[in-house]
Amino acid sequence: MSDMRFEAPATVDAAVALLAGAKGITRILAGGTDVMVQLHADMVEPELLVDIKRIPDLHGIKKEAGGWRIGAAVSGMQMMDHKEFAKAWPGVIDGVKLIGSMQVKGRATVAGNLCNASPAADSVPSLLASGAIVSIAGPNGKREAPAAQIATAPGKTSLAKGEFITSIFIPDAPPHTGSAYLRFTPRTEMDIAVVGVAVSLTLDNAGKCTAATMSLGAVAATALMVEDAAKALVGSTVDAAALDRLAAAASAACRPIDDKRGTKEFRIKVAGVLARRVAAIALERAKGN
Amino acid sequence: MARHYVSCRINGDETEYLCDTSQSLLDVLRDELELTGTKEGCATGDCGACSITIDGVLVCSCLVLGAEMNGKTIETIEGMAKGEKLHPLQEKFIEHVALQCGICTPGLLIASKNLLERNPNPTEEEIRFWLAGNLCRCTGYNNIVDAVTAAAKELRGA
Ligand SMILES: Cc1cc2nc3c(=O)[nH]c(=O)nc-3n(C[C@@H](O)[C@@H](O)[C@H](O)COP(=O)(O)OP(=O)(O)OC[C@H]3O[C@@H](n4cnc5c(N)ncnc54)[C@H](O)[C@@H]3O)c2cc1C
Ligand code: FES
Ligand code: FES
Repeated sequence: MSDMRFEAPATVDAAVALLAGAKGITRILAGGTDVMVQLHADMVEPELLVDIKRIPDLHGIKKEAGGWRIGAAVSGMQMMDHKEFAKAWPGVIDGVKLIGSMQVKGRATVAGNLCNASPAADSVPSLLASGAIVSIAGPNGKREAPAAQIATAPGKTSLAKGEFITSIFIPDAPPHTGSAYLRFTPRTEMDIAVVGVAVSLTLDNAGKCTAATMSLGAVAATALMVEDAAKALVGSTVDAAALDRLAAAASAACRPIDDKRGTKEFRIKVAGVLARRVAAIALERAKGN
Repeated sequence: MARHYVSCRINGDETEYLCDTSQSLLDVLRDELELTGTKEGCATGDCGACSITIDGVLVCSCLVLGAEMNGKTIETIEGMAKGEKLHPLQEKFIEHVALQCGICTPGLLIASKNLLERNPNPTEEEIRFWLAGNLCRCTGYNNIVDAVTAAAKELRGA
């Protein structure tokens, strides 16, 4: 740890060159809310830390044609404070609000929450349910990938050496779309999700569901997309029978482990309960949009 | 070992320091700059005793590197009273007995001040949510919430 280097480049290209040129372990220092804890616990001894917050391009939440672009250096608090984005994607904000304390949200980024690759990361299910696409810079140039393809296992990502996320693109929500996220934790604040469920659904003018996505956190090695969510809800008015189908789809998709936070059976059951509750919130929000 | 030269503004004063890569801002404040009002409870972001603001944003200084601070504006508890004159929050904390051992107090005061700058008239629920990252093992929190409510009222001139 004593010979750890710290760099704060001013451009994406300089950051890529530093990351690609390093021989040993590297870490991006975005909000540092995971990295600092891991350094403190000697869980990782990087050769190089690259602070990406001095790169102007990585700041800001911008409205683009077709969606919202959130820079990789944007903190959770900046997202919560962005009224227009928060109105468009309340489900994403539900997740962000649950990331630790106000102090933690003042620093933590959603890109970092995704790349730390904890299966219980609270902002990730809503990102997946929103259809988010990440922009990646690396030694071979730029590429894009669905947010769902970033985490591959606890603590592991699909990013190659030298690659990092520069921004997250969240598509526009069509009219009458509602999104929501809930997690189950023993405490209301400052706790890690035992199960997290995000739902996004769209209604037509008659109140019939035309599209639906659902993503689950903390019930498998990575956050999951539940493909059967659309089958459960589309064509219905999101009535009791549709919610029963959604709950069953959520429980069926779980591949949980037993740990001190909850047993497999508990997680499977709670995923269904939360799916129902989250869909009901998303439905209300869709009606109001 | 690499030493970083950092120039920033702390409580209104231009400040320069040298730090190691691995030193947190909390370590720099306490060990290099002798600003020991900011406390360490956990060093992992859980307790809020190390709360400060950077460019007006409330953060845990234990989760920030000293090396990151070039050009930043930092506020710590040492900047809260103006000479002998306590900030209304400090006065109300004393009046309402919102502290016992006092280890959590600097962090709570900084967090409360940041809340009132964003929201001059918070509800009890908003105060409790905002301060959820500041642990206090002594008071049971009610007196803290009362003190913040009273200070908010005074600051609004109500
Ligand atoms: C007290 C406390 C409570 C918390 N509670 C919660 C909670 O309730 N729910 C929750 O989900 N999380 C919680 N967290 C963790 C949460 O703060 C982090 O997961 C955070 O979102 C990570 O973002 P960051 O910007 O701080 O990342 P950093 O710590 O800077 O980085 C995290 C990891 O991601 C990598 N990385 C960061 N940015 C990029 C990028 N742009 N491209 C590629 N790789 C990148 C880094 O290399 C590192 O491996 C908590 C943390 C603390 C300290
Ligand atoms: S010492 Fe920083 S949060 Fe506890
Ligand atoms: S007064 Fe002792 S921890 Fe708060």
